[in-house]
Amino acid sequence: MSRLEVQGLHASVGTREVVRGVDLDVASGEVHVVMGPNGSGKSTLAHALMGRPGTTVTAGSIRIDGTELVGLPSWRRARAGLFLALQQPIEVPGVLLGATMEEALAGTGGAGRGDPGGPDGTGTDGPGTDGPGTDGTGTDGVGRGGVAERLAEEAAAIGFDERFLRRPLNVDLSGGERKRNEVVQLCVIRPKFAVLDEIDSGLDVDAVRAVSRRIERATSEWGLGVVAVTHFYRLLRELRADKVHVLVDGRIVSSGGPELAEELERTGYGLYGAADAAGIGADST
Amino acid sequence: MLTAARAATLGGPEWLRERRAKAAEELAVMPRPSEKEEVWRYTPIDELELDAYEPLRGGSREDLGTLGSELVKGVVSDLPAYAALATVLDGSLVSVDRAALPPTVRVGGLEGDAILGQVLDGGDALVRANDAFLPDAVVVDVPAGVAFDAPVVIVHWCTAGGTPSTASFPRTVVRLGRGSSAQVVEVVAGPAGAGRGLVVPVTELSAGDGSQLSYAAVQVLGTEVWHIARVAAVAGRDATLRTFSMGLGAAYDRSRTDALAEGSGSTTELRSAYLGTGSQVHDIRTLQDHAAAHTTSDLLCKGAVAGTSRSVYSGLIRVRRGAVRTNAFQTNHNLVLADGAHADSVPNLDIEENDVRCSHASTVGPVDEDQRYYLESRGIPPARAERLIVLGFFDDIVQRCPVPVLVPRLRREVELRLVRALELRSGAHGDAGQEADDDG
Repeated sequence: MSRLEVQGLHASVGTREVVRGVDLDVASGEVHVVMGPNGSGKSTLAHALMGRPGTTVTAGSIRIDGTELVGLPSWRRARAGLFLALQQPIEVPGVLLGATMEEALAGTGGAGRGDPGGPDGTGTDGPGTDGPGTDGTGTDGVGRGGVAERLAEEAAAIGFDERFLRRPLNVDLSGGERKRNEVVQLCVIRPKFAVLDEIDSGLDVDAVRAVSRRIERATSEWGLGVVAVTHFYRLLRELRADKVHVLVDGRIVSSGGPELAEELERTGYGLYGAADAAGIGADST
Repeated sequence: MLTAARAATLGGPEWLRERRAKAAEELAVMPRPSEKEEVWRYTPIDELELDAYEPLRGGSREDLGTLGSELVKGVVSDLPAYAALATVLDGSLVSVDRAALPPTVRVGGLEGDAILGQVLDGGDALVRANDAFLPDAVVVDVPAGVAFDAPVVIVHWCTAGGTPSTASFPRTVVRLGRGSSAQVVEVVAGPAGAGRGLVVPVTELSAGDGSQLSYAAVQVLGTEVWHIARVAAVAGRDATLRTFSMGLGAAYDRSRTDALAEGSGSTTELRSAYLGTGSQVHDIRTLQDHAAAHTTSDLLCKGAVAGTSRSVYSGLIRVRRGAVRTNAFQTNHNLVLADGAHADSVPNLDIEENDVRCSHASTVGPVDEDQRYYLESRGIPPARAERLIVLGFFDDIVQRCPVPVLVPRLRREVELRLVRALELRSGAHGDAGQEADDDG
């Protein structure tokens, strides 16, 4: 069992403080959804967690299993078990997805960063507890085959066209394909925790469903813990959330179960004094 | 010395000796290139003492020596197959291996005066010097209607070097008849540590009506040599002419490609790549010249400068009167990999017609921060992320080489030099430990 603990996090972009005191406590296998209106600090929170240059943590801590991530470069945070699915995945001409995953897994024993051999081991959250998952044929971790096979398998799971696996990263991919690409990478890398920044934007309803199923399966398959930030309620129609947090003006103003999201859908963010009080069920993408 | 008297000592048929003598006389009174001219701006050309060089006269297979022979073998061993292999020593043809060449295609030395100077007549002092001191030329003459897939490979072994400084003047002429199709590769190489020699290759490419010519030049000379290359190309009606150049070696490496879309409906496609390490200067000049209607040209030049190297890309799209419905695109991307490195990009348009579509774009800058962050967010350490991004940057242009069998070789040449350059740099920054951490 792993734990992502965020305490009193403040983060600035330039001189502007955007995240102004965020606490999160996410355990392996849990799905936390952070909802907030535009400009509430969702993306900055995501980048502060991953350590994007230009996003400065001014106070607070981010720990995975006691390891402090604040002050570490992004790649070290990733190696500690954190993953970020970007809202706008970056094009990298000439760099193939396969080569990127090879590099990402270099030095991790090829098993990804999930921790099936940890104290709780495969006995509690290994294959078998997640029903008839497509991964039921093998054990977690080492022995799951090469990167190419894993990419093909993960692409098939969420309807990501296999042709795109041979493309340079995100080059000539639509917005929706890029989001699927992020989920494919997430499932090949198998981090302990994934931050999903607006993973549902650009995806149609079927795709949101497929991606949500895959992420849920990951929570039992290798105990992935999830922090999904989103503007829209519709993600919660598909993704089973254990906790919902409402982020307004850089602070979490309310936390609760999935029922909180239903309430939000009815009332909007206006209740929390947000300037952007439009109905959050509306989907402009 | 590059004098008429010296030119007169070169052998060959009467017409060639006369041609050389005329060029040498013209050269004697021509202005030498100057950085004050736009075409030589940003270059170190004022340092060139052209007249001080001793012209090399080539030689036989024996003169090629072990080193040259090994180089030729090395180049060829990388290729799955070639149609013909021409080995050239300082401009004189040493041997031709007709491995799989259609019988009507001629690959050989000069025979008669009908072919030389058809595409490039005149030119600056360096072209004139080539005219005056070329020992021979490699001629690839493909008759109408002949098509073959494997490339004709020409390996130029250039021994130009130091004290007294010597110069090589390789010359190549490629002519494709109506409706024919061929690929031609030129590799320009020489011994490492040869000193400050001068290599001045001139290549004439002529793609007849409806023909398809793919041409690639790769320069891997020693790091002190000056390489000043000129490619002059002309595409006939509905012809497709593709050129590619990659500059890796030399102290000063200039590659100028002038591509004339002379026949209506013709297409020219220019690709250039360079990688600067140490204190190299790479200088890429292109001209997309449109003289007929319904013609298309597309240029992509990509390169990177590391260490204290410099680069200049300067390109012109010229649309002459009457060349209506021209499409012309010009793109230049430069990566600056070190604080001490510098790249200049000078795109130009000269359009005399209205009904045309032209665009140009250029970028100069370091490795993209967002790309680096994206890869790092996958757990890839910065040095490895940068290597991936820069290799990817080059892969993007190398993949577009119009002679596809060359691609693996080009990729290896780039990777070898790049990895060395990036390691040098990370060593200088004192963060070489990153890689060790990564493997822990």
